[in-house]
Amino acid sequence: MKKQNDVILRSVTRIAVIIILTFAINLFFSGHHAPGGGFVGGLALACAITLLFLTFDIESVRENMPVDFKAMAATGVLIAILTGVGGMIYDDAFLTQAFNYYNLPLFGKTELATAMAFDLGVALAVIGTAMTIIITISEDR
Amino acid sequence: MNNLLILPIIIPLITGMFMVIIRKKINVQRVLGILAIAGTGAVSAVLISQIKASGIQVLHIGGWEAPFGVSFAADMFSALLLLTSSIVSLFCLIYAFRSIGKGRETHYFYPLFLFLLTGVNGSFLTGDLFNLFVCFEVMLISSYVLISIGGTRIQLRESIKYVLVNVLSSSLFLVAIAYLYATIGTLNFAHLSVRVAEAGQNGLLTAISLLFLIVFGLKAGLLLFFWLPGSYSAPPTAIAAIFAALLTKVGIYSIIRMFTLVFYHEPNVTHLIIGIMSALTMVLGAIGAIAYWNIKKIITYNVIVGVGFILAGLASGTPEGLTGAIYYLIHDIIVKALLFLIGGTIIAITGTANLRDISGLIQTYPYLGWMFFIAALSLAGIPPLSGFIGKVFITEGTFEAGYIWLGAIGLLTSLMVLYSVMKIFMNGFWGESYLYEENEKGKTKGLLFPIAALTALTIALGVGAEGIYAFSDLAVESLMNPSLYIEAVLGNNWVGPN
Repeated sequence: MKKQNDVILRSVTRIAVIIILTFAINLFFSGHHAPGGGFVGGLALACAITLLFLTFDIESVRENMPVDFKAMAATGVLIAILTGVGGMIYDDAFLTQAFNYYNLPLFGKTELATAMAFDLGVALAVIGTAMTIIITISEDR
Repeated sequence: MNNLLILPIIIPLITGMFMVIIRKKINVQRVLGILAIAGTGAVSAVLISQIKASGIQVLHIGGWEAPFGVSFAADMFSALLLLTSSIVSLFCLIYAFRSIGKGRETHYFYPLFLFLLTGVNGSFLTGDLFNLFVCFEVMLISSYVLISIGGTRIQLRESIKYVLVNVLSSSLFLVAIAYLYATIGTLNFAHLSVRVAEAGQNGLLTAISLLFLIVFGLKAGLLLFFWLPGSYSAPPTAIAAIFAALLTKVGIYSIIRMFTLVFYHEPNVTHLIIGIMSALTMVLGAIGAIAYWNIKKIITYNVIVGVGFILAGLASGTPEGLTGAIYYLIHDIIVKALLFLIGGTIIAITGTANLRDISGLIQTYPYLGWMFFIAALSLAGIPPLSGFIGKVFITEGTFEAGYIWLGAIGLLTSLMVLYSVMKIFMNGFWGESYLYEENEKGKTKGLLFPIAALTALTIALGVGAEGIYAFSDLAVESLMNPSLYIEAVLGNNWVGPN
């Protein structure tokens, strides 16, 4: 049974996790023009989840986050490959990327590229793999 | 631009990833596995016909022209290997259905099998040195899991050795790439070839080429094969068969590619060293093959002999030698898988790998016995079968190049190979049968079909050698003239006076 005197850890975690998640998403979206991208974004997000695992026990976190991380990693890779196949459908070479500018309601004029879908796949694969490793090792104990 | 080139890589990858999601549905995975490999085979058959009609096919990924993007290039050599490896892996997969066991099947055996093929196909097709490294890693990481899947004691022990050796060789590979990039400044094979030709292959570049030889030698089991006998006898039969058929062949392919396309200027140094290494490989492998009374060990050492023999063809540097190397490479992929499947079946029936405990199998398993006989003769190079043509050409090539000692060692080791497999045949299949229905450890139901198919293939390859000649001729032409490859990848104006 867990000790009950980790109030400070729990309170700090509640705030810190939000900050880390925001930072992870920021890293993910800034990848095109600044340091960042799918790999670090995914790792930072996995860090946030790991912090949750450390503070609360794995079962209760898993209850609130019912995701099969192995399937998540596979889906990520599938998304990444299929963005490449998308280029083939338009009779371009595999992995040809397309981009365009859109007027989004909140952000104004924004550049959207298919490279971002590829990055999303990378991020999902990284999160899925990292979490699978951590959960598998901890379950064996 | 030809998007077909990427299909042999992404078909197994997409299918494998999908299989990870539907982990529990084994029957769906089996059907998908067969479809994916058959699709890959069909694509490579189409590629072969395209290459025959209109030369080397190239794909610049993402539309970025070479040498700035990653290029994929399929000449006849890689397309032939692609087709052969798809056919052989299809039969290994079918063999696995009956033999691999439910535990391994639900723990991602089929996805890993397909990821292994992704890496192998990628290595055959890529036109970029770093991408070759990545494809090697895709292949190796799948093979790490495949060698340890199931978690028996011997598998765990051997997988530690296997992983250590390959991590070491991969880091050497990376260092070699770094050296080459620092001196030449490019990673595209075709551009490398142009730059090395312009710079003249000086001492530094030759030294780097020898580092590559060590790296690929570790992967292929060329002289540095100390890790191979243990690793290949640990995993279950279907996995060991696909390892023996494909993994070392990717190393051999890389050596042939590097030393015919990029580092072909100093054959007196590099090719002679390859020749000496392959002679030693053949001798040591053959000694291992005749020394043991363990079926697994005998056929594993035969893999090593085959590696030495193929690279003897490259060492000769003549068109005949390369023709022989290509024939023998294709033959070797098929016959090594066949030999491992039969060996594994014998062990499954008798429950032991020790030849002294087995005899008289031919009375209960005549088909298996005669198919092993054919495989053994084919391996040794008896005329109507597939091993013959390759051996003739390689021997002719080495004699022509003046390496008579190399050809002689090749012929001598052929005798030793024949002795080693005939030892299995005479001790295991002939003699008094003490094996009755009740003390058989396993059944051959469903296992004989892939074996029979591969046997038919090795006979067909030997009888139909004339028909393959048109294709292997094209392969040799592109290997002997690097300018064809460079022109296909980079376009006309890059090819200097040659």
